[in-house]
Amino acid sequence: MVEVVALYLGCGLAALVISGIIVEAVGADWSTVGGALLDGSVRKPGRWGGTIGVTVPLAMVAIGTIVSTKVGLVNIGQEGQLLVGAALATFASTRVPGPGPVVLVIILLAGVAGGAIWSGLAGGLRYWRKVPEVLTTLLLVSVASNLVGYGLKKPWLLLDAEAKRGNRNLVSEQLPPDTRMPRITLFGNEFTISAFLAIAVILLVGWMLSRTLWGYRLTVVGHNRRVARRFGISESVQGMVAMLASGGFAGLAGALMLTGGDFANYRLVSGFSVSIGWVGLLVALVANNRALAVIPVAFVFASLRTGSGFLASTGIERRVTDVVQGLIVLALLLPPAIMFIRERRRALAAAGSRV
Amino acid sequence: MGGLLSAVWDVGTTETAYTAAARFAVVLAFAATGEWVAERAGTLNISVEAMILAGAFAAAMGYHTTGSVAVGLLAGTVAGAAVASVQAEMSHRLTADQFVVGLTLNILVLGIVGFLGSEWDPSTRTASVVEVPVLADIPLVGPALFGQPWPFYLIYLVVPVFAWLVHRTRWGLEIRSVGENPQAADVSGIDVNRRRRQAIYLGGLSAGLGGGYLLLGQVGRFDPGIVAGRGFIALVAVIFGGWTLRGAILGCLLFGSVLSFRLTLPGLGYELNNEMLSSLPALVTIVAMALFAHAVRQPEALARPFIRGLK
Repeated sequence: MVEVVALYLGCGLAALVISGIIVEAVGADWSTVGGALLDGSVRKPGRWGGTIGVTVPLAMVAIGTIVSTKVGLVNIGQEGQLLVGAALATFASTRVPGPGPVVLVIILLAGVAGGAIWSGLAGGLRYWRKVPEVLTTLLLVSVASNLVGYGLKKPWLLLDAEAKRGNRNLVSEQLPPDTRMPRITLFGNEFTISAFLAIAVILLVGWMLSRTLWGYRLTVVGHNRRVARRFGISESVQGMVAMLASGGFAGLAGALMLTGGDFANYRLVSGFSVSIGWVGLLVALVANNRALAVIPVAFVFASLRTGSGFLASTGIERRVTDVVQGLIVLALLLPPAIMFIRERRRALAAAGSRV
Repeated sequence: MGGLLSAVWDVGTTETAYTAAARFAVVLAFAATGEWVAERAGTLNISVEAMILAGAFAAAMGYHTTGSVAVGLLAGTVAGAAVASVQAEMSHRLTADQFVVGLTLNILVLGIVGFLGSEWDPSTRTASVVEVPVLADIPLVGPALFGQPWPFYLIYLVVPVFAWLVHRTRWGLEIRSVGENPQAADVSGIDVNRRRRQAIYLGGLSAGLGGGYLLLGQVGRFDPGIVAGRGFIALVAVIFGGWTLRGAILGCLLFGSVLSFRLTLPGLGYELNNEMLSSLPALVTIVAMALFAHAVRQPEALARPFIRGLK
């Protein structure tokens, strides 16, 4: 156990040291950069709010990824699913009449539907035509961004009719105030109540995966298809459900980004997803597919993003946070791999001595 | 429909259209050739995007410091191999998931070159155009294939060499065997993961060279967005080509032409749906896979890690 912790700490530290070296290489001071990152994410008053706002979609994407990984599918198209979810949510927001809170719920459901459609395409092709879902999910990302880009040019789809005059102004209509997620202030930090929704969803999914028959079925299929077939569990049904759920959560993340106000000011813009889908996928990986671990990991990754806003004063390009993030992920991939190899060596040695 | 046909006709009879298509296709071909080797050995290497980008950046730095295109290209190749080393060692020595490593690399390399690029700001320009005598005078396709900056012609070397390596050498046979049946290859004494690592390194060399060509042969100025998804399209081209080199190159030519339409059509006075063209490679490949998934056989062990004793 001590070994494991030491391994994780060592690898994490190595990632930070390498990041520090890269920062020093361009003639900046690593401690001021680190200080700025902390200031921008948590230390300065009121910064927790923004960080929580980024944490929410990251966590939603990650929890969806965990569901599809559980059943043994590799969904790497969350970026596209999120975008389609956000687009359908925007479309719903401009078309559905009614009182604000009802519309808000419909917007969120539309987001879920959008994401589920996009992942469902990949899932359907996987089980109907045996097309590897890794490829289709990945390919559908670029299709999604082009589709949304197209929609943002057409007033009958997503483009704000008012903004059309700007010609290149590819934005959707702003959400009216009564269909936005309410924001509250706690300890001087203002954030959306979608944070509570996210926590509830994570707890629920975590519970369902580990304690319900549904979760058990997914686990069986994920571990061994033949056993699943013997148990009478349909691989394609469970796989489709997991895939739809996975995309649905990514779409929900998109809808929450739209209604939350921490991104793009309640509008859909081109490039709306700002890599939240990719990073959310990394969150799931670093969390090692444990639902509860998603919350702290998503928060750390969100901090890197919001903290980067404070880097301008240090004269350092804000992309440095991408470097830190990538190095951390790579570093955290090492310990499980190293431990796995060690275990096997030990087991082999034990087997050898018995012969 | 008639409009579309006349557009295709106009494009098909314009010399610059072929040049633009060839320029797109060649970057794809560099990357796809390397990716093809990696996939034949059983790795679905999605860090090819990062390899091209690293190659382009290193080429820019190499040219910036020495003023020599050759050194730039060499630096690009080395950088591609450097990215490949992370992918190879982590996924085929340390048993980390290859998609995870690949995705992380894509983000990490984008961050590193974006960061270093803005700090160091390399100044570069494109290599000089060398026309191959006689061949460059062929109507329509001559200038496209034989009137390009000289790094372009390296593709005529890379593709046959890679084809020879994979199809005509013992090493290539082993590469193909670890991609088809790693258990059998292992039993016959081949170090499966070592061959897979080598295939990824080779892919990195080629993709890095492609990045170097992209920068020094076409764009001439480094920008972090320079690759713009070409790596993914190259990966798609390999799949589209049914995991044969011939098919992959054909896919590169097809997707290269489609992408170049975006540039050439407006010049000829046509308006076409840009988004449609951009997503065409992905759509065509998805449809092709859905239709021919059973007819085209992928390397049996593609994207499946090999750990001795575990199946």
